[in-house]
Amino acid sequence: METNSAPLLKLQGIKKDFNGNQVLADINLELGKGEVLGLCGENGAGKSTLMKILFGAADITETGGYSGDIYLDGQKVSFETPFEAIEAGIGMVHQEFSLIPGFDATENILLNREPEKYSFISEIFGDRLNTLDRKKMDERSAEAVEKMGVAIDRHMMINSMPVGHKQFTEIARELSKDQLKLLILDEPTAVLTEREAEALLASIKGMSERGISVIFITHRLQEVLTVCDTVAVLRDGVLVECTPASETDEARITKSMVGRSIMGVAGSDDASEQPDAPTILSIEKLWVDMPGETVRNVSLDVKEGEILGIGGLAGQGKLGIPNGIMGLYEAGGTVTFEGRQIPLNNPRICLDSSFAFVSEDRRRVGLLLDESLEWNISFPAMQIQNKFLKSYLGGLIKWRDEKAIRELTEKYIEELQIRCTGTKQNARQLSGGNQQKVCLAKAFALQPRLLFVSEPTRGIDVGAKALVLNALKKFNKESGTTVVMVSSELQELRQTCDRIAIVSGGRISGILPSSAPMEEFGTLMLKDVV
Amino acid sequence: MKKINLRQASVPIMFIIICAICIPLSGLSPKMLVNEIVTRMGRNAFLILSLLIPIMAGMGLNFGMTLGAMAAEIALILVCDWQIVSVPGMILAAIISVPISVLLGIFCGKILNRAKGREMITSYIMAFFVNGIYQLIVLYLMGSVIPIKHSTIKLPRGYGIRNTVSLLSMRQKLDNMLAVTIGGVKIPVLTFIIIAVMCLVIVWFRRTKLGQDMRAVGQDMEVARDAGINVERTRIISIVISTVLAGLGMIIYLQNMGNIATYTAHSQIGMFCIAALLVGGASVDKASIGNVFLGVVLFHTMFIVAPRAGAYITGDSMIGEYFRVFVSYAVITVALIMYETNKRRAKSAASQRLQEEQDAESPAGGENS
Repeated sequence: METNSAPLLKLQGIKKDFNGNQVLADINLELGKGEVLGLCGENGAGKSTLMKILFGAADITETGGYSGDIYLDGQKVSFETPFEAIEAGIGMVHQEFSLIPGFDATENILLNREPEKYSFISEIFGDRLNTLDRKKMDERSAEAVEKMGVAIDRHMMINSMPVGHKQFTEIARELSKDQLKLLILDEPTAVLTEREAEALLASIKGMSERGISVIFITHRLQEVLTVCDTVAVLRDGVLVECTPASETDEARITKSMVGRSIMGVAGSDDASEQPDAPTILSIEKLWVDMPGETVRNVSLDVKEGEILGIGGLAGQGKLGIPNGIMGLYEAGGTVTFEGRQIPLNNPRICLDSSFAFVSEDRRRVGLLLDESLEWNISFPAMQIQNKFLKSYLGGLIKWRDEKAIRELTEKYIEELQIRCTGTKQNARQLSGGNQQKVCLAKAFALQPRLLFVSEPTRGIDVGAKALVLNALKKFNKESGTTVVMVSSELQELRQTCDRIAIVSGGRISGILPSSAPMEEFGTLMLKDVV
Repeated sequence: MKKINLRQASVPIMFIIICAICIPLSGLSPKMLVNEIVTRMGRNAFLILSLLIPIMAGMGLNFGMTLGAMAAEIALILVCDWQIVSVPGMILAAIISVPISVLLGIFCGKILNRAKGREMITSYIMAFFVNGIYQLIVLYLMGSVIPIKHSTIKLPRGYGIRNTVSLLSMRQKLDNMLAVTIGGVKIPVLTFIIIAVMCLVIVWFRRTKLGQDMRAVGQDMEVARDAGINVERTRIISIVISTVLAGLGMIIYLQNMGNIATYTAHSQIGMFCIAALLVGGASVDKASIGNVFLGVVLFHTMFIVAPRAGAYITGDSMIGEYFRVFVSYAVITVALIMYETNKRRAKSAASQRLQEEQDAESPAGGENS
């Protein structure tokens, strides 16, 4: 850190909140020229938000900007758009590929920065009618690939490339920008094979020697220790650690990542493992093709009456499990419920078998946004179980039982403390937390035998969080419904669940009682990270 | 790879078979047949070429070209009334049609930017809407507001244009210039030169910065936007180019026909051009110059021989007429279905891989579905 000149990048007192929800608190960081900073932290710790601030991403500016100062090369900067950040010499490789599938690597590396050949027609119709200088493009991309130090086929189409090469193409694109001073790599090794990852690490070292600073975000701690000069750990929006890599080790980083002040305190106060309870749901060799949440070969038993938590880092496949079983994404394998095999890829049969699912995507899957609460809460029960319907003419005509529907809705509004103007209000007008409660009420109204809840507390405030979790526990206890709860928040799983399965790299890396120490969960989470 | 190619080639192959069956039944001499095909190639190829650029920009099979066709008709009616004849008349019509096409193209492009992913149906419906405006102009404004001198093209009531406007003064003037006859087949050399130049322009255009941007926008709008390409503007430009080219193509088409069916000439032109392109093996997101020419030859061979073959078999020539309209719609439907299935197939291939991977790591997993 002790560089004589001004550091390349200096963050001073960076704060950011989304609608009063503090996600970054007073971040101070310095990064010298040619230094490599490893940035670690759980999902939701604020890594991405910090990088988005640095890169001038639209969702930061649109939500009221940030407070604090960023200095680049000693100059105070504040980027309104990514283009300004790129102009100033910041490059970013995102987790999702930003490549044109039908272009080859060279065309992608120089996308919208192609060298052109002058043609007289452009005098009339503008510069865009200059032809591309293919030869120069080739030279420039060769240069960039050379700079990266990893050989890729520059003439291969992106859509026929292995995924690792796509990643390298993106890196080469950033390196082809002459003004590049700082490169942000957001989990670049996640898609790489071991050998490719090694090549990337060597490449990062090479960049650092050329004087390009790198911020390297990864869950693979070994990599951080190998390549980084400094390791910074974020937790809940606070920079908890920033030490030279030589002075720390994996165990210490893991601890700072997951450890909270209540370290080691048992989670759920009334958690109880029920080893004798019969298995109600048995999953064998499940695979799910959910984009970004691929599940591979998962076998898992759920016991009757328990609350089973499924945790893990984002993108590791925990969301894929309920979505696959419920038939929302293509899946394969065997799922047995109470001794009967449930065919996959058929949501109706799942619902008929008295499963219910509270989706993580409540606005698109969970709710009929422009319908009333009454409809939202009663709709599945009406559709699936013919509840709240009055039959006439021997079932030939069915009418809604408006009174029963209203009573049901009122019951849940009271029970879950849904804040609304009445049972006829549209779901769209409710706040996130109250919408989530409606989703729960909807699932409860089905009186399922097995309830999947996916990210029940995502994006809702603390008060609503506690209420939702308590309602789940209460429902589990009172009606004996087995609950499978998927959440990225480990703390919340530990408070609510009896057992917690951790998913890593699309597989179950282990199942622990919720009273197990935080470090053990942390280790499992990072076990097979892809 | 081979399988996919075969599937993409299935439409052209089907048409080759249909033509192969119908040609002998039609009883046409080879000379007549070749003559007809050459004529229709000159008549239609330019129009179909105008579809290529929006496809490149990812806007699919675009009925926006119908707008250009209407612009050309308005221009031709005016030129006809001013009695500027032959090739100078066509050039003047082209000059008049371009600004109208540009305006309509900008309008169309702006609307299509609000309907991303639904360009085909949006442009189709919009063609109906603009047809209404066209009728207002031609049926009511021409002769009353827009001066029309000659009563030969005016309706007897004093305003509005007749159902058919004769272009006798321009009829095949372009085709006959430099025309050569080889073995009894008349080849409209100048028209072909214009078409060839247009092909070269398209090839050149693909290599320009704008062409590259269009291809990028066509494949992934978000990525292109992140790279700083002005996606909306690029898409509008592609539609404008298409309507302008369609306007010019329509002038070539009508000079060959020798008359304008004032109220219907443009209405089916979009459908037939798109069908011809698809018959040539193009898909919603991919079309080449080769597809254009193969499509013109196959589609029009069918057009020529099907009515005669139909008449030969059933004794009723209407059956062939019916058949060719039916086939145009069928081809478009088949192409759209194939496009969707291919997309779905690609998706389930990804699932298949996942299953195979898993089977590979646990050989006991054979009983999995």
